[in-house]
Amino acid sequence: MSEATIAHEFQYSSASHQEESAIAGMWLFLATEVLFFGALFLAWIYARHFNQAGFDTGARETALAIGTANTVILITGSFAYSAGLAFAENGHNRLLILCCTIAWLLGLAFMILKFGIEWRDDFNRHMFPGPDFAITGPPGGGARLFWVFYFFGTFIHGLHLAVGLGLVAWIVWRASRGDFSPKYHTPVTAVGLYWSFVDVVWLILYPLIYLIGRAP
Amino acid sequence: MSVAEIEAPKPGRSYLTEGLTIRSWLFTTDHKRIAILYLITITIFFFIGGIAAAFVRYNLIAPEGMIGSAETYNRLFTMHGVVMVWFFLVPAVPVTLGNFLVPLMIGARDLAFPRINLLSWYLFVLAGAVVLYALFTGGLETGWTFYTPFSTLYSRGNVAAAALAIVISGFSSIATGLNFIISIHRLRAPGMTWYKMPVFLWSLYATSVILVLATPVLAMLLLLLTFERIFHIGVFDPAAGGDPLLFQHLFWFYSHPAVYIMILPGMGVISEIVPAFSSKPLFGYKFVVWCSIAIAVISFLVWGHHMFVSGQSLFSALVFSLLSFMVAIPSAIKVFNWLGTMHKGFIRFDAPMLYAIGFIGLFTVGGLTGLFVAALAADVHFHDTYFVIAHFHYVMVGGMVSAYFAGLHFWWPKITGRNYPEMWGRAAALIIFIGFNFTFFPQFILGYLGMPRRYHSYPPEFQDLNVLSSAGATILAAGYLLPLFYLTWSLLRGERASANPWGATGLEWKTSSPPPSENFAVTPVVTEPPYNYPLREATHSHV
Amino acid sequence: MRLWLPQASSSAAESDYLMLALVLAACAVLALVFGLIFVYVFKYRAGSGRDRGAIMEKTWRIEVAWTAATLLVFFGLFLWGGDLYVRLFRPPANALQIYIVGKQWMWKAEHQGGQREINALHVPAGRPVQLVMTSEDVIHSFFVPAFRTKRDVLPGRYETLWFEATTPGKYRLFCAQLCGAGHAQMIGEIVVMPEPDFQDWLAMNGGTGSGSMAEQGKILYMRNGCSGCHGGIGAGGAQSASTVPAPSLAGLYGSPVTLDNGEVVIADEGYIRDCILVPEKRRVASYPPIMPSFSGILGEEDVLKLVAFIKSLAPEVQR
Repeated sequence: MSEATIAHEFQYSSASHQEESAIAGMWLFLATEVLFFGALFLAWIYARHFNQAGFDTGARETALAIGTANTVILITGSFAYSAGLAFAENGHNRLLILCCTIAWLLGLAFMILKFGIEWRDDFNRHMFPGPDFAITGPPGGGARLFWVFYFFGTFIHGLHLAVGLGLVAWIVWRASRGDFSPKYHTPVTAVGLYWSFVDVVWLILYPLIYLIGRAP
Repeated sequence: MSVAEIEAPKPGRSYLTEGLTIRSWLFTTDHKRIAILYLITITIFFFIGGIAAAFVRYNLIAPEGMIGSAETYNRLFTMHGVVMVWFFLVPAVPVTLGNFLVPLMIGARDLAFPRINLLSWYLFVLAGAVVLYALFTGGLETGWTFYTPFSTLYSRGNVAAAALAIVISGFSSIATGLNFIISIHRLRAPGMTWYKMPVFLWSLYATSVILVLATPVLAMLLLLLTFERIFHIGVFDPAAGGDPLLFQHLFWFYSHPAVYIMILPGMGVISEIVPAFSSKPLFGYKFVVWCSIAIAVISFLVWGHHMFVSGQSLFSALVFSLLSFMVAIPSAIKVFNWLGTMHKGFIRFDAPMLYAIGFIGLFTVGGLTGLFVAALAADVHFHDTYFVIAHFHYVMVGGMVSAYFAGLHFWWPKITGRNYPEMWGRAAALIIFIGFNFTFFPQFILGYLGMPRRYHSYPPEFQDLNVLSSAGATILAAGYLLPLFYLTWSLLRGERASANPWGATGLEWKTSSPPPSENFAVTPVVTEPPYNYPLREATHSHV
Repeated sequence: MRLWLPQASSSAAESDYLMLALVLAACAVLALVFGLIFVYVFKYRAGSGRDRGAIMEKTWRIEVAWTAATLLVFFGLFLWGGDLYVRLFRPPANALQIYIVGKQWMWKAEHQGGQREINALHVPAGRPVQLVMTSEDVIHSFFVPAFRTKRDVLPGRYETLWFEATTPGKYRLFCAQLCGAGHAQMIGEIVVMPEPDFQDWLAMNGGTGSGSMAEQGKILYMRNGCSGCHGGIGAGGAQSASTVPAPSLAGLYGSPVTLDNGEVVIADEGYIRDCILVPEKRRVASYPPIMPSFSGILGEEDVLKLVAFIKSLAPEVQR
């Protein structure tokens, strides 16, 4: 397909002009997400500074194995999606669909592990910061606050991942209709940026939840 | 880059006439129609916020409070603040004049993301519905600042609903800012380099940078507030290991840049009007441009000046005070540059210019009184008194609202294709200027004498100044009502406007009034600097 | 219409001078701005027929000039405001301490000798007074316009402000931070008395029978089992031994303490309060973290009495 016949909106001068602008818009959106999660991480670190002993006591109760497995899953998923993007750039549509499906399944695995298994396990051990919170005594206040950040942070991350699952499914659907080609695959790139970003947010959550304060 | 050719528009055809159904308006992606949708919405909020203010000033006529219930009074000033800040001042110029003019000024056919533009309006309407629900059922009595632990543990109002409404409005703001940044970077017409852009575009660019970087912090903070309110998570509760000061730091980290979100577009409007009505190029264009950027950057570094008596460290206080003095300098430079533009110009006194001159005077008073509260030891006395209220109303209302009206009148012929009745326009500008000063100048004195903010009732020695202020408020209200009537009248009966009734420079004046849907029949090519006014007596007359 | 405010503290006059300087600077700038507008509006209106002459081409010289002038004036104002603030920040060592507890919607004051007041505060003239303040619920703010002083009062921590009252009289006390429906009712009066009259007032009002704050604190100390770990207190303040490892309290106030994360803090009022109510925030090095929290058992006023008692065990720093 020649460039002149690819549709573009009338405020743009060409399809590549529109594509570049759309990708720039996605990067700018991700910058706003950095500030969004950044505020949370700042509040987290601030609270930890004033409740260090309690936070560390609470952190020791996190499920390190599940957290680590989830980290590996997300990183693999990002890799899978990036492979899919590379295939899209070279016109291998079926491999694009395969890679995106793998990424989607890995994302789903994360959600099941995190919310189906880990959260359920946390509830059963009374780590939910409600009236029957398990850790009592002097470090209880800080430990409770740690678990507040844990549930809030993983909830917000989970919401973003759920949106990502929807977007990746949309890409798979559009790819199956033959919408993408080496000349046009802007949505694949844009969703890829978002998907990787959600991964990066997890890479910051992982040490905050599972690693800091765990050392004896 | 290919240039699309479109046949010349038929006479009488404009963005207003293409599609006359409600569907064509509610599902439009035309930035000009979206601007009109926003204009109607924020006008409604302006009057809601204004009515709340009227009740506030009415209450303060008597020392014991004319409105019996202190709780009701607290809800009224909170409604006034929340509605005016997030549903009028933050959106005002960007979503109306900005949405309409950015593509026209850069010579484009629309913004970069038209559907996101429409989405931003729907988000704004949704946010507005939720906030009106929160304010009218149960109400909110925390002040627009939501300080914890009052808002989280002791308030009897609809804190969570109001907070969520503001979060949704924040998404709307971010979408608008994102759209402007990408459009200004990527859709400028051939020949329009950065230094050929009108200052209005630079101002909106700076505003948009603040919008996209500061608003997400507010969104996260209000989510934490909502969870604390509903689930008692304890992040701001000292008894649970949290800290109420954390709320203040995060709140002001957004809310101080937010006031520059509010004023920068207004300064951009004035930078267009003063050259146009002096028939002279803007004095010191590059300085004005870089002052806008400087204000945007430094605005992120001064939030602690709201907390000089709140319990932050001495070192922090000193740093924030120094930076607060520094942030005032670019604004001062802009004022000097506007005066320099008028110097040796050919000044005409149409309504936009009257509002602009009023802006320069009132904004200068507001900015100078900002120095009073930036000075640490003075702020210890003035903090949380009527002095602060007077200061920010001088900049926000005397400044920003005047600038909004200035822009509305200046671009009214372009947007609607009609001229407003000039004498009424000038009369309203004068009434507003007089009423405003009577309302707010006495409040500087009240603040010095020690009258605290947010007081439903007050000791009798403050009554005389309060009565004077409330009397001024009736004049101000009359001044604000006038444009509602004569601008609406002009839509039906005003004379038709020409493409460039003011003889102003800028690409928006090169297309018809009102413009066709696609803005330009042929993509313009820019060769001249901005404000290319010929240096001789202006010979045209106002059409 | 009253347009003046009494200057009743040692720093009020200087605050007023600073504000006057700000007013003069503002008036100068406004005169320039309004003056120029006025002149231009007449001289340069369209159709005035005046010869405009040459328009300035190189404008950066004037830009730099007015930027530099603005910078200089602003920096000077910053220095003045900052300097006075620094002096107002740290109370003098010999200040008389009075404790304030704010709650919805009243001010409670407690003097060292046990004298209590509600919505009023008697203070001596000619002597520095330091208020140690906390809130039982939301954030309030202690504001005395005649003294030109104000400080927010927060729950969960102590804030201080100090002043030296100069002129005897009665002055308004306002709450300056929105705290609920009764915010505007949280008004009191500061009664400044000459020193001899103030001593008379203390003597007349100490008759609640409960003794000084430190004495009441000692009773709380015994009653709440503090002596069980920290040791009983003998007649001369001597501590008897205890078998539980707990830090000694004699001489604690005002001395440095090493926490278990290596940080060294000074044991001030806020530190002692935290140790009693939120001990996990202040784990002392080389002691096991077994101090229980008395949050919910002891109210803010009780804690202030214990603070006064523990301060009395460090006589060289006591006031």
